[in-house]
Amino acid sequence: MKPTRFVLGLSLGLLAAGVAMAQTTQINGAGASFPYPIYAKWFSEYNKLHSDVEINYQSIGSGGGIRQLTAQTVFFGASDGPMNDEQIKGAPGAILHLPTVLGGVVPIYNIPGVTATLKFSGKVLADIIMGKVTRWNDPSITALNPGVKLPASDITVAHRSDGSGTTYIFVDYLSKVSPEFKDKVGVNTSVNWPVGVGGKGNEGVAGLVKQTPGSIGYVELIYAIQNKIAFGSVQSHDGEFLQASLESVTAAASGAARAMPADFRVSITNAPGKGAYPIASFTWLLFYENPTDKARARVMVDFMKWALTDGQKYCAELGYSPLPKEVVALEMEALKRIKL
Amino acid sequence: MNRTQRRKALSGFVVFLCGAAVVLALIPLFFVFGYVLQKGFSSLNWDFFTKMPKPVGETGGGMANAMLGTAYLILIAGAFAIPVGVIAGVYLSEYGKKWFASLVRFTADVLNGVPSIVIGIFAYGLAVLPVKHFSALAGGLALGFMMIPIITRTTEELLNLVPGTLREGSLALGATRARAAFSVMVPAALPGIMTGILVALARIAGETAPLLFTAFNNRYFSTSLVQPISSLPVQVYTYAVSPYDDWHRQAWAGALVLVGFVFVFSVLARVVTRRLERMHRT
Amino acid sequence: MKTSSRRRSADDRGFRLGTGFFAFLVVALVAGIFFELYRTSTLSLQKFGFRFWTGKTWDPVAGEFGAFPFIWGTLYSSILAMLISTPIALGIAIFLSELSPRRLRTPLAFLTELLAAVPSIVYGLWGVFVLVPIVRSLQVATPGWMKKIPLFSGPPLGVGMLSAALVLAVMVIPFTSSVAREVLKAVPSTQREAAYALGATRWEAILAALRFGRTGIIGAVILGFGRAVGETMAVTMVIGNNPQVSASLFAPQYTMAAVIANEFTEAADNLYLSALIEIGLVLFAITVVINAASRFLIWSVTREIKVKPPKPVSTMAFAAPTGGGK
Repeated sequence: MKPTRFVLGLSLGLLAAGVAMAQTTQINGAGASFPYPIYAKWFSEYNKLHSDVEINYQSIGSGGGIRQLTAQTVFFGASDGPMNDEQIKGAPGAILHLPTVLGGVVPIYNIPGVTATLKFSGKVLADIIMGKVTRWNDPSITALNPGVKLPASDITVAHRSDGSGTTYIFVDYLSKVSPEFKDKVGVNTSVNWPVGVGGKGNEGVAGLVKQTPGSIGYVELIYAIQNKIAFGSVQSHDGEFLQASLESVTAAASGAARAMPADFRVSITNAPGKGAYPIASFTWLLFYENPTDKARARVMVDFMKWALTDGQKYCAELGYSPLPKEVVALEMEALKRIKL
Repeated sequence: MNRTQRRKALSGFVVFLCGAAVVLALIPLFFVFGYVLQKGFSSLNWDFFTKMPKPVGETGGGMANAMLGTAYLILIAGAFAIPVGVIAGVYLSEYGKKWFASLVRFTADVLNGVPSIVIGIFAYGLAVLPVKHFSALAGGLALGFMMIPIITRTTEELLNLVPGTLREGSLALGATRARAAFSVMVPAALPGIMTGILVALARIAGETAPLLFTAFNNRYFSTSLVQPISSLPVQVYTYAVSPYDDWHRQAWAGALVLVGFVFVFSVLARVVTRRLERMHRT
Repeated sequence: MKTSSRRRSADDRGFRLGTGFFAFLVVALVAGIFFELYRTSTLSLQKFGFRFWTGKTWDPVAGEFGAFPFIWGTLYSSILAMLISTPIALGIAIFLSELSPRRLRTPLAFLTELLAAVPSIVYGLWGVFVLVPIVRSLQVATPGWMKKIPLFSGPPLGVGMLSAALVLAVMVIPFTSSVAREVLKAVPSTQREAAYALGATRWEAILAALRFGRTGIIGAVILGFGRAVGETMAVTMVIGNNPQVSASLFAPQYTMAAVIANEFTEAADNLYLSALIEIGLVLFAITVVINAASRFLIWSVTREIKVKPPKPVSTMAFAAPTGGGK
């Protein structure tokens, strides 16, 4: 009968295709969504150089990446925030954190009639997010921005509804500059926001701010640029008002290189140094130090060496800050810790 | 106005309301569909249907693997959900008064209300964790679980509406209950059962949440049951939440393809059913 | 030699057991989900107990979890969505099965089913970019005296309960109307013909058909409600995701399905994860309660019909037409 033969032929064809595919090495990784574009670019370029290696990365969130890595359903994980001690203890083996690129979080706003770049100090930003400062023409904001006519309208705060590394970086910074914020809200990928509306993903927050007059939110730099939303400058540790840029974010990391802990788990928000943007962070790839699958481990080590050197040149066009050279050198050393 | 006139006026009013309901439903449809069409149509090109995803900045990327993946997942899901759903529906229709049947009916309705992400988490615990890797099979399982209650309940309700005389007639002619059910009742109710299957299919075709932890996603082409597989909804979602215009355009194109795919499929199924009906009657 | 009747009863037993097995699979599946949810939420169950249902604070940093705002949000949005969508869905079903000209029937049916083909993320995106601004302008246009009523209070954000209920309603309509339409189509034409023979108007004949297929239609509505309660993606994009309990249509709120979807992937510590899964369990429990309540409703309605004599198409037709002017 014709249909049966057709189905049989199709199945055999698919089976053959499946067998043919088995010659390539496929490696699965999961984690943070912030670095997804640059990782996608890296894996694609690496695949062009080594056509038998297919690295498949999906962004399910930093926490998801950590959990899947711990459950060993993926070979490597990725996170915008380092694993905490409890998570490290819960993993079946020692985990190596390797920073890959840098990102900056910016305060975006939508105030009809205001085109200037607003200046925010850490404390003012924290007060706005906590709901203590409720109007745009509040004295604390106008004091920082003389010459800008701010309306008397309400401030609507837009934050993340989903857990995210971006939130982690943002509240980590706010907790450092405002003890009240640290006490009232705290630091986590998901917090109990005192006021405001939640948008899903960076895109959701950008969308909310774009649509809601008088709103303020926080997103990764690349989202503000691509969505053409105004973002403010933030007062750095040393007192300068800096807007996030590829250079100012990398500057935040250079200072950290001097005091880098051996496991690379460091927060670089509110970093000291000239031109150091205060709301910046590394993003890490996570590997087991003693993996059982040595073949895949060899591939990933080779990939990391490429990513830390040649790979960094793809950062700028996609809106990420490359790693400072001092950190790259430290990482090349650390890669030797992976037992092949 | 006398009573007859009042009744007639009421009838006319209700007819008008029903017509208005259709118009009311069609407004958001045109809105939404028009929106998707407008945003996605310009990005549909040959590359889109034949190429793999490309990283940002490189033109010519497509969603070929995602389209195949979605078709594959629907096949796996339907392969076990349709038989389970229809046969369970037959049981409910034949033995509907027993307490067990009430339990089944009840649990089917409860299952229908479980959010897709919870089903995904369950399928993850069932099919991913024990073998420590994501797979197309796990994704198909999660989607199939969501189809079952819809198919079961619609099959039961439609079978119940087939006149009992049909069943009694075939039993009187010496058929076993199995024969009466599957060769007489089910074909009689087939159009309605088909609708149930289609409604279930439309339900799952656009689902993202249950696939995130089961089928995962795959940047590359795969037909393996035990490897992660790409799918249109997940790919659309990934692109939609990114900051890049090019990816946004592709996301809309993907959404358009998804809508078109489900629509074409339901048209085809209706045509086939009508043909079956016609054959069955002659 | 087996007599044919003994063979037949063996076949029939096989039939009952065979189909019963598949029916059992459905129960097993649901039981499995329940136990899995229960098992992974023990941490949270032990820590919070019943407080979980009434607590209003959701604080992952402090480890304090209360699910009441989400329960409120889910019920509010789903019930509102059903109130909006059910009459429309039934209207469509009636129109398509009874009233529309034959030529229009197929294309119109296809169009309403097209609504069901749209993936939920597309509804979410459409909701954010098209519906929310419309709702916001509606809010801005609300007169001041209306804003004082709690139902309409709050700043004009656009995202909120009303946007969520509207998006849900649009998503549920094709669901309910498809099934209801099939039910109405399957009602034997003798029912309607009998009504017409007794002098019924079109609407009264439709009522007769509706009465005949009422369990099927209620089933369609319940299916639609289940869809509304479980919808995740589209809702989370337009509801504002703020875990507050508010009566206002315009206030941003939160649903159970949305919070699980939003926070599940990032939930780092075990208590947090366990609390999220317990929300899944609460959702499960609420679905059970609502289904039990509707079952009871159906049972009492069908029971009443068996006891009372058949009502009225007949009495309406035989009622003496009252003279004009009353």
